[in-house]
Amino acid sequence: MTSNRPPILEVRGLRKSFGHLEVLRGIDLEVLPQELVFIIGPSGSGKSTLLRCCNRLEEPTGGSISIDGVDLMARSTDINAMRRRIGMVFQSFNLYPHMSALGNVALALRRVLGRKRTEAEALALAALARVGLAEKANAYPAELSGGQQQRVAIARALALGPKIMLFDEPTSALDPELVGSVLKVMRELKAGGMTMLVVSHEMRFARDAADRVIFMDHGLIVEEGTPEQIFSGPREVRTQAFIAEIAR
Amino acid sequence: MQALLQQFFDFAIMARALPLLLTGLGQTLVLCLVVIPLGLIGGLLVALTSLARSRAVRWSAAAAIDFFRAIPPLVLLIFVYAGLPFAGIRLSPLAAVAIAFLLNNSSYYGEIYRAGIESVGHGQWDAARSTGLKARQALIYVVLPQAVRNVLPDLISNTVEVVKLTSLASVVALPELLYSADMARSITFNTSPIVLAAGIYLVMLWPIVRLVSRLERRIAS
Repeated sequence: MTSNRPPILEVRGLRKSFGHLEVLRGIDLEVLPQELVFIIGPSGSGKSTLLRCCNRLEEPTGGSISIDGVDLMARSTDINAMRRRIGMVFQSFNLYPHMSALGNVALALRRVLGRKRTEAEALALAALARVGLAEKANAYPAELSGGQQQRVAIARALALGPKIMLFDEPTSALDPELVGSVLKVMRELKAGGMTMLVVSHEMRFARDAADRVIFMDHGLIVEEGTPEQIFSGPREVRTQAFIAEIAR
Repeated sequence: MQALLQQFFDFAIMARALPLLLTGLGQTLVLCLVVIPLGLIGGLLVALTSLARSRAVRWSAAAAIDFFRAIPPLVLLIFVYAGLPFAGIRLSPLAAVAIAFLLNNSSYYGEIYRAGIESVGHGQWDAARSTGLKARQALIYVVLPQAVRNVLPDLISNTVEVVKLTSLASVVALPELLYSADMARSITFNTSPIVLAAGIYLVMLWPIVRLVSRLERRIAS
């Protein structure tokens, strides 16, 4: 991790309210190239909202976000062009049930990048191979296990060549025996130099893969540090209470 | 008993009326080919309008849907056919039926599409938009195919209703199936042609009704 390179993701003073409810109350965050940053925190702390603001699936109420130096909030920024640079993986996979695994991955390659069908399918197949599912290319989501579905979802984001990938609790909806296959793919992405921002409670994964862990509560970043610092010696009382809670 | 059979099931009269009724059936099919696609397309536009971001647009769509669902289609048809000439718009029977049915059917089809679109989870939009698809593309490639599949039985059921409603065209002297049968009835002073027309509707629609039941069972399981 070298600090002289400009960050891939830079968030400044980010605020988000839903009506009177203030979910994010001024978030500052940087993610450097090839860094894997973990966000933990109790439910309702704003983790998912923060992630969803990073590609403007949620419209921030205030503050700034830039990806790879491009101001995401600027009027002149084409958000759809930026979104393919920002891969997103969801808790509930959100695969398109009426399309095969290959179709899921190829759709945006064709309709966003404008690739021809054969070209898009070749790229999609390569992305599926990267998550170990080339042989499932023609399977429909309903025919795949949760772990396989999530890996297809990762391939769908990966195929567009993102600069950063956002993971919103990618393993929370999985049966315990399927979690490993998804984490393995995420480890490989990390090893391949992908920049990642991950909301998850997989502590063991965080310990050996994360460069940094951020603890959020009530819409603010309470504490951040290395996994060792956060999990073994948190300074803040709220962090201590939360770590004790999830360690049980 | 004999009189009853003669009045309703006189096969000799049915046979004589059959050519006329088949011509009427042809007109009914032409009507369906005009009215059903118009309703399906109009309904989709209505559904998209009722899901628009602007509140004013949504409310005017809702008001129009309510209005055209509350007003009897027969009244609407007579108004279009007999009322619009006073505004200087003179329509052929077919055009009048097409317009009245477009207004009526779009509301019904629209509500079905809307239910279908709303049945598709928001995660599908999120996933599609997160890959850079525009809202229109997400709708066309991701949401609509699932929405239509979810409400296919309702779309087909409504289409059966529309086919039956085409008999309303008889009031504007469009010689469709019921109009032809009624003409045969008034010539022969016998109700058998009407029974024959009912039989033709039944043969035409029963397989579709069966299909709907099967689709509903498949979706439920």
